[in-house]
Amino acid sequence: MTDEVVLAAENVTKHFAASRGRRFGLGKRPPVRAVEDVSLNLTAGRITAMVGESGCGKSTVARMLARIYPPTKGRILLRGKEVTDSRAYRRNVQMVFQDPFASLNPFHKVHYHLARPLKLHGHARTKAEVDEQVAALLERVSLTPVEQFMHKLPHELSGGQRQRVAIARALAAQPVALIADEPVSMLDVSIRLGVLRLLEKLAREENLALLYITHDIASARYFADDILVMYAGQLIEQGPSQRVTDDPAHPYTKLLLSAAPDPDQVDDEEDTTDHGEPPSLISPPSGCRFHPRCPVALPTCSTTAPLFTALADDHHTACHLYDPATVAG
Amino acid sequence: MPRSPKIIAGGVILVFFILLALVGPVLVDGDPTKTTDVGLAGPSAAHWLGTTQSGQDVLAQVVYGARVSLGVGLLSALIATVLSIVVGLIGGYAGGVVDEVLSLLTNIFLVLPALPLVIVLAGYLPSRGVTSVAAVIAVTGWAWGARVLRAQTLTLRGRDYVQAAKASGERAWRIIFAEILPVEFPVIATSFLATVLAAILAEAGLSFLGLANLSTVSWGTMLYFAQNNQALLVGAWWWFIPPGLCIALIGAGLGLLNFGIDEIANPRLRTVLPKRRKRFGAGR
Repeated sequence: MTDEVVLAAENVTKHFAASRGRRFGLGKRPPVRAVEDVSLNLTAGRITAMVGESGCGKSTVARMLARIYPPTKGRILLRGKEVTDSRAYRRNVQMVFQDPFASLNPFHKVHYHLARPLKLHGHARTKAEVDEQVAALLERVSLTPVEQFMHKLPHELSGGQRQRVAIARALAAQPVALIADEPVSMLDVSIRLGVLRLLEKLAREENLALLYITHDIASARYFADDILVMYAGQLIEQGPSQRVTDDPAHPYTKLLLSAAPDPDQVDDEEDTTDHGEPPSLISPPSGCRFHPRCPVALPTCSTTAPLFTALADDHHTACHLYDPATVAG
Repeated sequence: MPRSPKIIAGGVILVFFILLALVGPVLVDGDPTKTTDVGLAGPSAAHWLGTTQSGQDVLAQVVYGARVSLGVGLLSALIATVLSIVVGLIGGYAGGVVDEVLSLLTNIFLVLPALPLVIVLAGYLPSRGVTSVAAVIAVTGWAWGARVLRAQTLTLRGRDYVQAAKASGERAWRIIFAEILPVEFPVIATSFLATVLAAILAEAGLSFLGLANLSTVSWGTMLYFAQNNQALLVGAWWWFIPPGLCIALIGAGLGLLNFGIDEIANPRLRTVLPKRRKRFGAGR
């Protein structure tokens, strides 16, 4: 296993023009600040999970990494370089979408979905080569008998089977990094584990850098090597999944973990604390964006935004509670 | 297989007229333009649908006229559909300035009153052949289809499978014509049939006004000559009813087929016939 950073985001920011909302005079509507100043590294052979509640900007980060949206600010580096040629970039970075019922064109057969990236990226030229590689891809995602699945239309497949086709399509380009945007949230609970295991196996076999985006911190802990926690468009904690889940630093991570059901700790006491609502991304709270919901907020939290503090070599959090300056003062 | 009565009825009518146009001239002997001494004769064994003022056989004219009317309809619908696909899909997918320009063009053609424009254009045509009439009708009739297809493309553009195709590195033209176009087939088919119908009517209208080539026999020119010779006043109903009925019938056929396709594409439109209840204890 190499420790090579294959895909990195440096201070990427994404603002969307709001289609609704109050205009100030004749000026532009204020933008939705979907992602603010996020930096992350994806390492070959490691699975990184990005966790956060709905609307916190996880999918936007995924789509920027897959070059579906251009970032408003910041850079995305592939093996340390900015790549301008989008086809070369896409050959290396592929994405699996959340909803397998929407991500496959209803008009095209499975064979077509897998053959296109093979031809596009020049991995197969003749018809025989294409057929052979399509069969191999279906084999790798365990859709057998291969001949039977090759000629099916998406509506003839179940959700899990469709998601396997989508994964095979992403692999067809032979990428070095794979972005999986909530790959199992639309699937039945009973087949989620199978799809996750498949992703894990493929990532290890291919030495892929896998970014697993989820709102389910429990599955992130089970599945990923590292965890990034996002809140309201910003990263607030990152570290090895074991550490982040066993010894969370940021109050929001603690909140997330307490919300996840834990079969080992059956707690009779009903949790009645009101944890509030996620903030508006059009006018986010001042200072630390989490301060209105934070149970341990300090006076400084509402005025100054916290910087990342290292708790250990590989465990960082953005919270005033751990900032030596604040603690000393 | 669709078992919708609308599709079956529409299909039967359409197939009948297509057969009439294709093989009719073989079965009905006689030149539609040949004049004889028996003018304005009613239906008889010799002339099943009677004759015109100058003794031409009305049946032969109806049969040959089907070729021209259907031919103009299909040809101009083909041109109009290709135009609307190109304008609608490219505009809808590209967005921005391209979309603005193409939308503006579409809107201009939408608000232009079609019939006067067709009349003006037809008046200045160097030749008034079937092809040029079809082209004129197509030029004035593509905008509705383009508008519908643009709207459809706007909704499809944001779909995940289009984004996925983009993310896997497909070029824009490939996304437009291989990912979006096939999904829009039902819409294109209905808009094509509607355009065929509109074109047949427009051709009949133009010919009726005497703006098409009057030496070609079509249903429209038949009506033109019937009108000019006061067929209604002299009671020669066999002269104007057959072509008029043919236009109405083919219109009904195309309309029914269109509704049928709509129902397949959108099951909520389906007419539900009340099921006949089985009677229990019959014969008691």
